[in-house]
Amino acid sequence: MTNTTKLIIIGGSSGSLEALLVMLPLFKTTFNIPVILVLHRSNNPDNGLAQLLAARTNLQVKEADEKDSLQPGWIYIAPPDYHLLVEEDGTLSLDQSEKVNYCRPSIDVSFISAAEAYKDRLTAVLLSGANADGAAGMKMVKICGGNNIVQDPASAQVSYMPQQALLVAPIDDVASPEAIAHLLNGITGL
Amino acid sequence: MIESEDIEQLLENIARRYGYDFTGYARASLKRRIDAFFSKGKFLSFADMQIKLMNDTSYFMFFVEEVTVNVTEMFRDTAFYKTLREQTLPVLATYPFIRIWHAGCSTGEEVYSMAILLKEANLLHKSILYATDLNQAVLEKAKTGIFPMSAMQQNSENYINSGGKGDFSSYYHANYNNAKFDTSLAERMIFSTHNLAADASFNEFQLILCRNVLIYFNRDLQAKVLQLFDRSLESLGFLALGSKESLRFSSIAAHYKQVDNKEKIWRKNR
Repeated sequence: MTNTTKLIIIGGSSGSLEALLVMLPLFKTTFNIPVILVLHRSNNPDNGLAQLLAARTNLQVKEADEKDSLQPGWIYIAPPDYHLLVEEDGTLSLDQSEKVNYCRPSIDVSFISAAEAYKDRLTAVLLSGANADGAAGMKMVKICGGNNIVQDPASAQVSYMPQQALLVAPIDDVASPEAIAHLLNGITGL
Repeated sequence: MIESEDIEQLLENIARRYGYDFTGYARASLKRRIDAFFSKGKFLSFADMQIKLMNDTSYFMFFVEEVTVNVTEMFRDTAFYKTLREQTLPVLATYPFIRIWHAGCSTGEEVYSMAILLKEANLLHKSILYATDLNQAVLEKAKTGIFPMSAMQQNSENYINSGGKGDFSSYYHANYNNAKFDTSLAERMIFSTHNLAADASFNEFQLILCRNVLIYFNRDLQAKVLQLFDRSLESLGFLALGSKESLRFSSIAAHYKQVDNKEKIWRKNR
């Protein structure tokens, strides 16, 4: 595990919320790296995801706005019906272009742009899900020198998404939600 | 993978050769679109693509079409249209003549949505809708008033959820895969190319809609475009932005008040 990580990006679909509800309370208060969350969700803008997650963590949680500047100790959630992209200057962009893998936000779109912007300073995490979104993204994370963690398919409510990533991309760690939280704690808070 | 420097060089060459200035666009999204265009074109190298773009104007226009985002639907963000219908139109109704500008109208779905709102409020006959985009090809599509039949179920649901009380299907004629909208809706529309990054104000309006366009611009270009809107808006006029866009941090914000705390409609107060 590298400790050069300056950004953590987490993607997931069905079953990923359950994994996050295990992981988030385990994050240390000294967690000093920004986190981006890209989850497939309904297009209803008021589905309360930010509040739900905020209640489970010491970190600050917000739905991402365009031009938000990534801050340590904050979790940014991709808003419904937009792709979320990362700029080289550490700000966020939104994009309402075509769906990718039938999804907007698409995990691939966010992973690829975060990988290009942060190169080897990125750690990507892919959780439970029923779709192959995120696998191509993890391939790019590796090409750019970043770090990949996948939820152990055996621990995932829906194993397809992590399995697809394991098939196409080099993965550094395969772990349960608890173990992922500990891995992430290890690369933050010096 | 394309290098950032190559993109910067391309954008500068395009601005010099064609006057289309993309240098104020947010990079992550633009780069992704150019990456996809490059892959689809099966060029040997990025330089190869650059040469073709510099020498073939029609190919360059195709590039503009492909790298700009033209995803839209009718009555998108239904709560927004409900606010427009219930709070903004009654104010506009008091004017003898209503001028509306759809800036970055893409294929026109929002313009037709607005025409339907105006018609139902019995205001269409005294309104004029200017619809502009930098992309000539999408304007040609918008002018036809023909939209894919496959989108009509979603459009109809949006219409109902935005407070529409009529029969949505009465506004178009279904013809195989296409829905052709009633020509009476288009009678008050004027379509024209206009590049927000370069062109000046061309009229004064009581309502300007520019939704999900500013998200593609960097802060400087956003500020420039908002000033353009400010110059193009009458006193007490309305400015409507996309659901994740805001006047927050902009120099014109002090002269505007958000109409409804949740929907992105501002009223000019001077």
